[in-house]
Amino acid sequence: MSKTDRETKADHIRHLLETEGPAVEANTMGFNQGRYDSVADLEDYEELKDEARTIKEGAIERLPELIDAVTETVEENGGTVYLAEDAADANRYIREVASENDAERLVKSKSMTSEELEVNEALEREGVDVVETDLGEWVLQVADEAPSHIVAPAIHKSREEIARLFNSQFDPGEPLETAEELTMFARERLGEQIAEADIGMTGANFITADSGSLMLVTSEGNARKTAVVPDTHIAVAGVEKIVPTVEDLAPFIELIGRSGTGQDITSYVSLLTPPVDSPIVDPDDPETPFADREDDREFHLVLIDNGRMTMREDDQLRETLYCIRCSACANTCANFQSVGGHAFGGETYTGGIATGWEAGVHGYDSAAEFNDLCTGCSRCVEACPVKIDIPWINTVVRDRLNRGGEASRFDFLYDELVPDEEATGAIDRQKRLFGNYETLAKLGSATAPVSNLIGGLGPVRSLAERFVGIDSRRPLPTFQRETLVDWFDARGPNVAAADADREVVLYPDTYTNYVDVDRGKAAVRVLEALSVHVQIPSVPGSGRAPLSQGMIDTADAKASRVYAALAEHIDAGRDIVVIEPSDLAMFRNEYEKLLPERSFERLRNSSYEVLEYVYGCLENGADPAALRTDGPPIAYHAHCQQRTLGLDRYTRAVFDDLGYDVLESDVECCGMAGSFGYKSQYYELSMDVGDRLAEQFSTSEARDRLVVASGTSCGDQLEDLLAREASHPVEALDPNSPLAR
Amino acid sequence: MSVETATDGDRFEAALENLEVPVTATDPATFDSTLESIVDQPVVGTPLPFERVSLPDWVDDEPTPATLETAATGVTAASFAIADYGSVVLPSTPEGAEQVSLFCDLHVPVVRASDIVPDMPSAIERLGPMLRDGASAIIATGPSATADMGALVKGAHGPKDVHVVVLEDDEALERDETGEHDE
Repeated sequence: MSKTDRETKADHIRHLLETEGPAVEANTMGFNQGRYDSVADLEDYEELKDEARTIKEGAIERLPELIDAVTETVEENGGTVYLAEDAADANRYIREVASENDAERLVKSKSMTSEELEVNEALEREGVDVVETDLGEWVLQVADEAPSHIVAPAIHKSREEIARLFNSQFDPGEPLETAEELTMFARERLGEQIAEADIGMTGANFITADSGSLMLVTSEGNARKTAVVPDTHIAVAGVEKIVPTVEDLAPFIELIGRSGTGQDITSYVSLLTPPVDSPIVDPDDPETPFADREDDREFHLVLIDNGRMTMREDDQLRETLYCIRCSACANTCANFQSVGGHAFGGETYTGGIATGWEAGVHGYDSAAEFNDLCTGCSRCVEACPVKIDIPWINTVVRDRLNRGGEASRFDFLYDELVPDEEATGAIDRQKRLFGNYETLAKLGSATAPVSNLIGGLGPVRSLAERFVGIDSRRPLPTFQRETLVDWFDARGPNVAAADADREVVLYPDTYTNYVDVDRGKAAVRVLEALSVHVQIPSVPGSGRAPLSQGMIDTADAKASRVYAALAEHIDAGRDIVVIEPSDLAMFRNEYEKLLPERSFERLRNSSYEVLEYVYGCLENGADPAALRTDGPPIAYHAHCQQRTLGLDRYTRAVFDDLGYDVLESDVECCGMAGSFGYKSQYYELSMDVGDRLAEQFSTSEARDRLVVASGTSCGDQLEDLLAREASHPVEALDPNSPLAR
Repeated sequence: MSVETATDGDRFEAALENLEVPVTATDPATFDSTLESIVDQPVVGTPLPFERVSLPDWVDDEPTPATLETAATGVTAASFAIADYGSVVLPSTPEGAEQVSLFCDLHVPVVRASDIVPDMPSAIERLGPMLRDGASAIIATGPSATADMGALVKGAHGPKDVHVVVLEDDEALERDETGEHDE
């Protein structure tokens, strides 16, 4: 990405932060909180997610057979099925149906698949009047805008904006103002349009192969009207929507509303087996009772491939097809909460999973537009009702984009500075720099303090901003001349193996080893206070940095080297203790994709987050009085990936057990996310996300507390936002803590 | 009384209360007067498939597009109800039950007490054979709603209000006497 491209991107994001940001934030955060509250009522939430996942895996596996089965069933029921290869093919078929019916108007209920097809435009070119009947979609149709959210398409618009839009477009007698007035105005107007429609078009959330039924999840009732009022019904749906049986719908009915907008269930879950038994509502024959009508309904199911069968063959993108488009990954995403789908989205789809959809149905150019907005924080993973590893899909697409990029003529200069395993020299400079952070940190530490002085110079910062896009407003980390490994080599352990209850290898992650050596020293003292024998061998970086830039080969090579360096320790019965949650998340999660299964399992089962380990020691009888127990009240921010791993509770438990007064943040992510907040095109977005956290730690109750964060990035971000020192939990618990009481 | 010992009927009522949907229990003898106290006139309806209970004669039970348009209340039978969610399952019928349940400002679904199932898996157990037999149904929970205009509004395209009538049939009364309930 060139400097100009970065500036254009920054301008676009700034514009959205100012205009659509507040409405998107209020709505998505409301949905997200609703999800937490609603799933908390489900006793078997995890089992339902597993069940949903299994059903989707099986359905995609059997997809060709299910397409045949549903075709047979729908045709037996009296409908027609058309399997469209791509959007143009689908639109051609739909235009033919419209033309055979002499259709002048087609009314639609909300369907993202129809957006993917751009069927409105295709029909309008043939002179068919297309009317969106979902109120949010209709607002956008009137405003001529694209959806910013896959479930609530107009969340970026405030009530005031909608009122202005309606009042200027329709000139109602009395100006419309309240949500009630706007809704009733739309209801009446759209009711008339539906009454006179020749065709109703819906999507489908699910299709059952055994009965030929469509499941439609709605709240307004417009999909119900769209399907029953006109005599012709066209449903468009991706082939991935098919499940084998009606019984397979059960977990999805319980999960979809809760996961998306936080409703236990939406007002209407339609289970239609078209052609339906309901009579049509014929405005030209208002006096014949419904019961006396003999209607001949027409039903067309248009199944869309448009790249899906190729995605099914792709081991990395296949998971995307399990997506039920609930929007949980968008609502839970800190970046999405700030900018919405007009930045975090491609041609059609928005939010975390959109990268997979866009790459699959529209191509990599569309995915490239927003793929970088996924920081890999992983908060969407536990929110996804079908357990899709959405950050991994984003990483894979980033890796593929890296490989498809064009080589710059300056890159040979760069190769020296950032040697990596990636096959081509085509990767964006900014990504290569951050992907090779370990090399830089090593160099920075070896040449400290000179490196820090140079790094602090104005001209160097402006060069760094121009050449690689490191935002000059962001303070750079200060490298330490003496690394944690060197310090420990010189010092040696204070608890001998023979006297110890347990033996630990403290993993010297890149940041702790070269930059925040103090937290490493504090971790050593905390562990030793609990009678643990500590070693700190030299172990390479985990590969988190290159992985975050989509450099999977480099991350893969690092995983192998880390495992090689730790395997013998694991065999010797030592536990691996990790300070940085994002590195532990590599060991526990991403290494599954980078190491042989047995290696992955051995490392995963032996590795612990440092406070998780402290908790374990205390539970097993270690003396809590050996730790600092008289520290100040704390404002604690857990790390995003630590929370996804379910490990934040240990930090909380340890502080509670030791009698600390702790106030905890509840934002999804700090916004820094490793390198993300350093990138000039994303700096302002990063700060906007961070502001939500800063606000929580600036209240009268929080502002005098010691700021504690588990992640490196979170600590840096909090220091930048609050101009207060941020510490790691082990620094607060360090018996020799230099922190004030 | 713990949740475990509450009957499906109790839990259905509690779920509706959470949704702020009124519910009235009645029996065949008092059905007409109960219904009269709930509805707004004029009323359209579709025939109730229950023994010993039918729509009162002041309900237009042969609705047309024209009468549907002017009616304030629609009365239809629910195939069954789901206690956990406060949902009623509305069948699509040739008599127009789907329309009658959808177009009027007030919808009054009538469900037999013995047709209240405890949870979603039990509901799907009933729906599977129905759908495979070609039927269509709507799982309806509360009134139509939208938040698209900047705040939650009831009555987006469908009813603004729902008032559920639970019909205590003989079977249900018998069950109550012996302390049994649907599992």
